[in-house]
Formats: sequence, C-alpha cells, structure tokens
Amino acid sequence: MLNVGKIEEGFVLDHIKAGKSLELYHHLGLDKLDCTVAIIKNARSNAMGKKDILKVECNINTLNLDVLAFVDPDITINVIKNGEIIEKKSLPLPKEVKGIIRCTNPRCISTIEQELPQIFYLADDHRAIYRCRYCDAAYNPNGITG
Amino acid sequence: MRHLITPLDFSVGELDRLFDLADDMREHQERYAHLCDGKKLASLFYEPSTRTRLSIETAMLNLGGRTMGFSDAGSSSAAKGESVADTIRTVSCFADIAAIRHPKEGAATVAAQFSRIPVINAGDGGHQHPTQTLTDLLTIRNLKNRLSSLTIGLCGDLKFGRTVHSLVNALARYQDIRFVFISPPELRMPDYITEFLDDRGIHYEEYIRLEEVIGKLDLLYMTRVQRERFFNEEDYVRLRNFYILDAEKMSLAKNDMFVLHPLPRVNEISVEVDNDPRAAYFRQVQFGVYVRMALIATLLELV
Ligand SMILES: [Zn+2]
Repeated sequence: MLNVGKIEEGFVLDHIKAGKSLELYHHLGLDKLDCTVAIIKNARSNAMGKKDILKVECNINTLNLDVLAFVDPDITINVIKNGEIIEKKSLPLPKEVKGIIRCTNPRCISTIEQELPQIFYLADDHRAIYRCRYCDAAYNPNGITG
Repeated sequence: MRHLITPLDFSVGELDRLFDLADDMREHQERYAHLCDGKKLASLFYEPSTRTRLSIETAMLNLGGRTMGFSDAGSSSAAKGESVADTIRTVSCFADIAAIRHPKEGAATVAAQFSRIPVINAGDGGHQHPTQTLTDLLTIRNLKNRLSSLTIGLCGDLKFGRTVHSLVNALARYQDIRFVFISPPELRMPDYITEFLDDRGIHYEEYIRLEEVIGKLDLLYMTRVQRERFFNEEDYVRLRNFYILDAEKMSLAKNDMFVLHPLPRVNEISVEVDNDPRAAYFRQVQFGVYVRMALIATLLELV
C-alpha cells in the first residue's frame, strides 16, 4: 500500500467508500483547520476492492468525528498518539446532524424558508433512521448525494 | 414559554390536567368568561381552514380575549414573500398568543423557534394537526370515561390521513389500547406507524371490510376515502361501500360504540346515522372548542 508519511498525533480514517474522502474532508471541516491532511483515493483493499483513506495530523481533541458514523458507519477510525495506534474507535450514531444533508420533501418548510439550518434528528437508533427536524420526513441515503 | 406543535409536546399527565380544565370550562363556562380579558390571539392562516380558525377564535372569545389575523395567504405579508420567521417575530410584538396554519410541513416548528409568544400549530400541511388530536382525546375521554383499555377502529384512508396518524401516536401512550385498522389495501397504515406499534408491543389488526370487525369496537374513527387516492376506478367502485357507515353496519356495532369523524364529512357516514345516539361527531366539534380554551389558558399560564 502507498505510504504517506507517519503521523505523530491524529487520525487515520480507513475503509472509506472509494470516492467519498473529499466529501468527508468537508463534513469534518478539515478545509477550515490548519493541519496536515493526506487524502488517499482508490487504495486497493482486500475487503472492499477499492477504498479511500484520510490521514489527519492534529491534536486528537480538536477534531469532532461524530458525523462520521452518520456519513458511513463502516469507516474505521484509528487514533494515533506518539506515532502509535492507541485506539480503534467505533462511534455511535450522532443524535443530530446539522448542515450535512438537505430535506428532499417538497412540502417541507425548509424548501422555501430562507436561511433555515438543515437539521436531522436520530429517530430510530436501531434502524438508523434520521428525520427532518421540521417535517419529520425520513432521510433517504439513496436520494441524496451529500 | 410553551408551544403546541405536536400532540406529544404534552405528557400524559399534562394532558390529564388540560382535559380536567376543559371539562371544568364546559361545566362552568361563566367562571372563565374574563380569563383572557385584554389578551389578543393572532390567527395566522396561510391557507383557509374555516372550521379550525372559527374553533380557535371562538375559544379565545369565550375566554374574554380578542382575535386578529388573516385567513388566507393572499391577504397577508406572506403574499409579498415574507418568511414565517419574520412574520412571527413581528406578530410577537402585537399579540399574546398565535395560532398558525400553513401548507408547508414544519412551518409551526419554525414559527415556534423564532417566536416570543406561545404558538399553536393549527395544521402544517399533511404533517400535524395537534388541536384536532387533543379534541379527539377529550371527546373519547368524555364518551368512555377513560383513555385506556379501548379497542379503537380507524377506518378509511389510513395512508394519507394525518389525523389518524397523530391519534394513533397519542393513544399509544395509554395502557391496553388495541387498534383495528380498516382500509383498502392501497390506503393501509404506513409502515412507520406499524413499526412504531411493533416496537412497543402494541396490539393492532388490519381489515379490509368494516362490517367484519365493527362488532368488536369500543370506538370507530371514520375518515374519508377519496376517489383520487385509488389506483383505478374499478377498485374504487368495488371497495367504496366497505367504508361507508350506514344504519345497517351500525346495527352490528355495540350499543356503546361511539362514532367520531374529524369533519368535514362527505358521504362516508350516511345522514341516517346522524340521529343514532352513538354518532358523536358533532359533539366532537363542541369538545374542540373547550379543549382549545383550555389550551389557550394553559399556554398563557393563566390557570
Ligand atoms: Zn423537511
């Protein structure tokens, strides 16, 4: 596998669905942070065929990863400190998802009201169903590109 | 400050107190005739709904308050493109409480978010209509003296009928409720409602013909089956009579099985049923005024 420098402190996000890494880059707000990021696209994977990997060099307390479980629950999160993996994290689904997805219900007030934040809440933990905070329409992952 | 956006905004205990107050208002209306002296209700109706608007405004007038507002979007600032957020911010400066009806789902949630006065959701598209649900609950409580241990039939368009969805959600919080859903296959209760009931272990059965099951019911909640909801005319013609309540079907029902309907009724309850003492849908309208009186007084913290 391609090796992009070793990280002293930060995260290696592995098993990202191929082609999704840039989307994650934005969802995590990495474009606004002053840290070193390596984006590896289409890496070969035994399990997945192809996958993306994100390596982020940063203080591990500065990055909020909650949204990852929503975007893709299969992502592996390796927490790195002093050059070693100190933890493999799995995240619970976030209770609320803000500004990541849009409501696609054409009858929803959020389609006409200006400057309304797009907020979804976790309605069913078991089935991983998110609903629009305004109209309660369920979010359909296949209907939204990100 | 509190709002009423969905029927679940009030706990079962809070609803009990609300219904006790509504009952007291019904028995002693004169005691409450000046409760809202000097208070103003803004009714913001972005789409016409004469029945709901008159009910809420009557409730305020019965309490001694005054009302103002608009009854369709054409005569309002919404016609000029003002957002719900800006409208409610402005109205908060004029009125003490607001009732909002809007064709978009979630409009009342947005209003509540930006409001400085209590907001009553008077219907937001096909989403919620909580004052109807409170009306239904108060009516049932008065007719049956309880909201638990009931077998409740819901009949008609169960797929698109928001009143039945809200009612199921609200009743599911009470003990020993058994639901009987009666509808054409294409208009059956949506999965998210039946999953909700499955998750909580709440009993429900589904039927296609009303007369098969009407004898088991303690209550029958009728809704309209609209022709345009059917996939084809043939099905409509074949099925429509299953969902029309007439004297013959009523003869199969228990002597204390009351019939409710959110109104307006078209032909799903034939007029011959109106004189049956079990027909409670016009009494339901009256309960609607009392429950809205109790709601206004509660949200204004006057009781
Ligand atoms: Zn929505």
